[in-house]
Amino acid sequence: MTTRVPERLGKWLVSGPPLLYLVVFFAIPTLIMVLASFRTPGEFGGLAPLVDEAGNLDLNVDSYVRFFTESVYAEVFVKSVGYALVTTLSCLAIAYPLAALIARSPKRWRDLLLLLVILPFWSNFLIRIYAWMIILGPQAALARGVNGVLASFGIAPVALLFSGFAVLVCLVYVHLPFMVLPLYANLEKHDAALLDAAQDLGANAWQRFWRITFPLSLPGVYAGAALVFIPALGIFAIPDILGGPSDSLIGNLIKQQFLETRDWPFGSVLSIVLTVAALLLAGVAAWIGRRSLGTPSSAGAARA
Amino acid sequence: MRRQPLALWAAAAAGYAFLYIPLVIVVVYSFNDSRLNAEWVGFTFGWYDKLFHNEEMLTAAGNSLLIALVASLVSTLLGTMAGVAMYRYKTRILPVLVLAPIAIPEILMGVSLLIFFVLLNFTLGLVSVALAHIAFCIGFVAIVVRARLAGMDESLTEAARDCGANPWQAFRHVTLPLIMPGVVAGALMAFTLSIDDFVITFFTAGAGTVTLPLQIYSMIKIAVTPEVNAVSTLLMLLTLILIIIASKVSPSALRSD
Repeated sequence: MTTRVPERLGKWLVSGPPLLYLVVFFAIPTLIMVLASFRTPGEFGGLAPLVDEAGNLDLNVDSYVRFFTESVYAEVFVKSVGYALVTTLSCLAIAYPLAALIARSPKRWRDLLLLLVILPFWSNFLIRIYAWMIILGPQAALARGVNGVLASFGIAPVALLFSGFAVLVCLVYVHLPFMVLPLYANLEKHDAALLDAAQDLGANAWQRFWRITFPLSLPGVYAGAALVFIPALGIFAIPDILGGPSDSLIGNLIKQQFLETRDWPFGSVLSIVLTVAALLLAGVAAWIGRRSLGTPSSAGAARA
Repeated sequence: MRRQPLALWAAAAAGYAFLYIPLVIVVVYSFNDSRLNAEWVGFTFGWYDKLFHNEEMLTAAGNSLLIALVASLVSTLLGTMAGVAMYRYKTRILPVLVLAPIAIPEILMGVSLLIFFVLLNFTLGLVSVALAHIAFCIGFVAIVVRARLAGMDESLTEAARDCGANPWQAFRHVTLPLIMPGVVAGALMAFTLSIDDFVITFFTAGAGTVTLPLQIYSMIKIAVTPEVNAVSTLLMLLTLILIIIASKVSPSALRSD
């Protein structure tokens, strides 16, 4: 190694600019937000001065106390976790057959079938929400059909739009590809000989699935669950547009704190709690996934 | 090859239908001669015509394009550097900073940048949005570039160095041409992510600046209008074109393996 010094110079020339950019526009803003969560809201929104007139440093845990003592916030939080969990499980149920079919189809079809799953994901997020506004709208065929059936049983018509149902359907719709991809990456690596062996030993299709395919696919399942759960937990646009007044989730609460109430410290607390909860739950999922099937490398491979 | 059970085919077909029916409906109704998105009345280009005379919408589209161009250029430059650095050198902090914006909920990045810009007295607008977009696009570009580097024969660069090329020459004439498809795919990805972004833009744009997603948001908050179908259809078309270009330049970027 005669080129030690230029080598190190090269490293800094290459990694320095992106590092600097991300420190300034990601790390520092995040730290400022963490600090803001310990400060007092300003009289007209934003933050009160860090050092008050008497020269005391103003740092407190009031906003955290507020979050953990006023039950209304815990309720919204629990509701958000519930919506995210139902979304994750629904995505799993829909994604599994898709991923299995793609993984088992002939090689030349796989790329196309996979691309067809990813393609809707590349259309604008709001367009995908808007599409459900049309489908679930009161004048659309679906609502008229459903209410027609309900009326024949003497049940009062229901609104599909602006409901928890609309929020959930759209949450599933928007996050589905995140579940299909890791599942596919896992299922594709399965050895078909295992299934043949099981069949020779007399296992039926259901047994082959539950005893072989599903346990082997758990790393993919957990990876997909994490990829769906994290964004689903923090969503605010979907309840905002498709939900009713009672479908407000933690994301909506955060938006409200920053844009309407302008209580930055409390908004920061909510954002931090959301992020910590999402990463913790996703971390637990990854950890279980790794434990459930031996080596970390197999979990890592499925995540890729 | 094992024959797939009919139930699997049916479930997968239902899955694809679930993915595509909503988008097809949006496109079909953009040509529907009715204010209500409820039933087919007749064919018209009227909504597109209206769209191209909608000043607000054109301004928003212009803003979106400008931001996406700047954000994709800068993030491609920085993201490529990050991808190369993560592949070549042992760096601890860089991978964390590159990947964290992708791993955390988007809203966190939006609100923290809002606090950051406001505390700095930085006027919210096109510039703050572009700066924010660059920050979250860097990671995506870096991942694509690093994946491309991982599939490359490193001995080519070493050979160039042995032949007397300095590190810059070796990169410029050997490595860069080889990873170019990854760089271009990363740039197109950054462009799409930027032009589509809603959450981070929502918090960093301020009151006076409107991008296409923000404009769509405020329109659908008020009412459903087929004009939104028209702009949605055009956006989907643009995305589709970008994906086709990306797949031509870098087939591996879109492939499963």
